[in-house]
Amino acid sequence: MADGQLDTLSAEVIQVIAETQRLPADSVTLDSTFEQLKIDSLDGINIVFALENSFRIEIPDDAVRNMRSVRDAVAGVSRLLSEAPVQPGEP
Amino acid sequence: MNRVAVTGIGTVCALGNNTGEFSRRLFAGDCGIQPLIDPGDPPYKFRVGAEAPTFNPHDHFDEKDAGLLERFAQFVTVAAREAVKESGLRFEGELGDRTAIITGTGIGGKASEQEGYRRLYQAGDPRVAPLTIPKTMTNAGASRISLEFGIQGPTYTVATACSSSNHAIGQAFSMVRSGTVTVALAGGSEAVFVDGLLRAWEAMRVVSSEPCRPFSSTRRGLSLGEGGAMLVLENWEHARARGATIRGEVLGFGMSSDAHHLTQPCLSGMAKAMNWALRDAGVNPEQVGHINAHGTGTQANDAAEANAIRTVFGDGTDRILVTSTKSMHGHTLGAAGAIEAVATLLALERSEIPPIAHCDAPDPECKLNVVTGQSRPARIQVALSNTFAFGGLNASLVLACMP
Repeated sequence: MADGQLDTLSAEVIQVIAETQRLPADSVTLDSTFEQLKIDSLDGINIVFALENSFRIEIPDDAVRNMRSVRDAVAGVSRLLSEAPVQPGEP
Repeated sequence: MNRVAVTGIGTVCALGNNTGEFSRRLFAGDCGIQPLIDPGDPPYKFRVGAEAPTFNPHDHFDEKDAGLLERFAQFVTVAAREAVKESGLRFEGELGDRTAIITGTGIGGKASEQEGYRRLYQAGDPRVAPLTIPKTMTNAGASRISLEFGIQGPTYTVATACSSSNHAIGQAFSMVRSGTVTVALAGGSEAVFVDGLLRAWEAMRVVSSEPCRPFSSTRRGLSLGEGGAMLVLENWEHARARGATIRGEVLGFGMSSDAHHLTQPCLSGMAKAMNWALRDAGVNPEQVGHINAHGTGTQANDAAEANAIRTVFGDGTDRILVTSTKSMHGHTLGAAGAIEAVATLLALERSEIPPIAHCDAPDPECKLNVVTGQSRPARIQVALSNTFAFGGLNASLVLACMP
C-alpha cells in the first residue's frame, strides 16, 4: 500500500477512534497507545465495532486481543482491507 | 439464629430436565454444550451453546399455560415443582404465609419482547401481543410459583446479571436464618437463546467459538447456557421435626461490589465476597475443601478468580479442589448461582467433585488445584460457590453436607 493511502487510512482510523472515545481528533496520534488514551476493554469493543462499520470489514476476536495502539489498529485494518476479496468487475 | 437446611432440589438445564439427570451427566463429565439448534442467519460467530434440548414445555404445562409463560419462567417453575415435591412440604395455613419465594434472573423474558419489536419495526404492525408485559417481567416465574403453590409470603425477584440467583439464595438464606420465614424457595433461571440477545452477546466478544474451557491455558471465552434451579431452604428444626430428608446446609453468604469497572473483574471484590461469606458462616478458610468457581472461561475472569482464591486461602489453596461446572452446563447467567449451588450440594453429598470438561491444559497462571478429566472422589464438609456479575457484583455461598 502506498504511503499516501496509508496516511489516509491512518487519518480515518484516528478519526473513528477519536469519535468513539469522544476525544479531540488532534489528541490521537499514530503513536498513541490505548493505555495513554485510557481505552479499556469496553472502549476497545466499541472502537472495533466502529472500525468494522466504517471500513466494512470483520475484525476477528484474536486480532482484537493483540491491538494495543493506534498503530496496531491501522496495521490491522490495512491488513484486513488488503485481504478483502476482490469484487467482480474490479481489476 | 436458625440453621438453614436444604430439603428440596430442582434442576433444569442442558444436562437434564431434573436433578437426577443433571447429576448423572455432571459427574460423568458429560458436556452439554452442543452445536446451536438454530445457528443464526447469518451464523453467529459462536457455533455452540448449552441449550436444554429435551425440555418441552408441553410436558409440563397445558397449552394455555405454556403460551402464558416465557421459557425462563417455565424453567424456574419446573425446578420449583421438583424441589417442593422432594421436600414433601404443603403450604397450607400459616406455612403458606411464612414461606418466601425469591428468584433470580438477569434479563427476564426476551422472546415475546423480541416478537413485539419484530411486529412493530419489521412488519410495521403497531399492535403488540397484549400479554407481553406480564410474560416478560422478571418476576413472572416467582409469581407463577406463588400462584401454583398458594404461597403468600415474601415473593420477589433479584436481577444482578450473573449473580442474580446467588443473591436470591443468599437473601432467602438470611430470611430463614433470622426467622422472618420458615421456608424459602430460592434459585433462578435464564433463557438466553433469543436471536437479539445472542447478537448482543456476540458483539461483546466474550463468547467462545468452541465449548468453553475454564482455567485452561487455551480458553477463549464463555459458552452461553440456559436453565433454572430451585432449592427449598427450611428452618432446620422445622425440617427435623417433620422428619424431612436434609440434603445439605447453607452456612453463610457474602456479597460485595467492586466499585471498579463495568465489566472487568476485580480481584479484591471477589476476595471480599468470599471472605464475607466465610465470616458469615463462621468457617475458617482451612475448613473449605471445594470451590465451584465462577470460572466462565474468559481470560480475565479465570485469572482474577484464581488470584482472588489464593488471596483468601493462601497456601491452603493447593488442597482445595476447584471445578467450574459451566464447562458442562454453560454459563447460565442469572441461573448460574442456583445451578452451581445444586452442583456443589451434590458434590458434597456424593463425596465426588465433578470435573472441568475440556480443561486439557490447565493454565499455570491460574494456580489452582483444578479437577480435570473425570470426577474425583473427595469427602468434603464445606464448599464455596462463587458468582461474579457484570457490573462488579459478587456473591459467594458457603454450603455444607450433612454431618
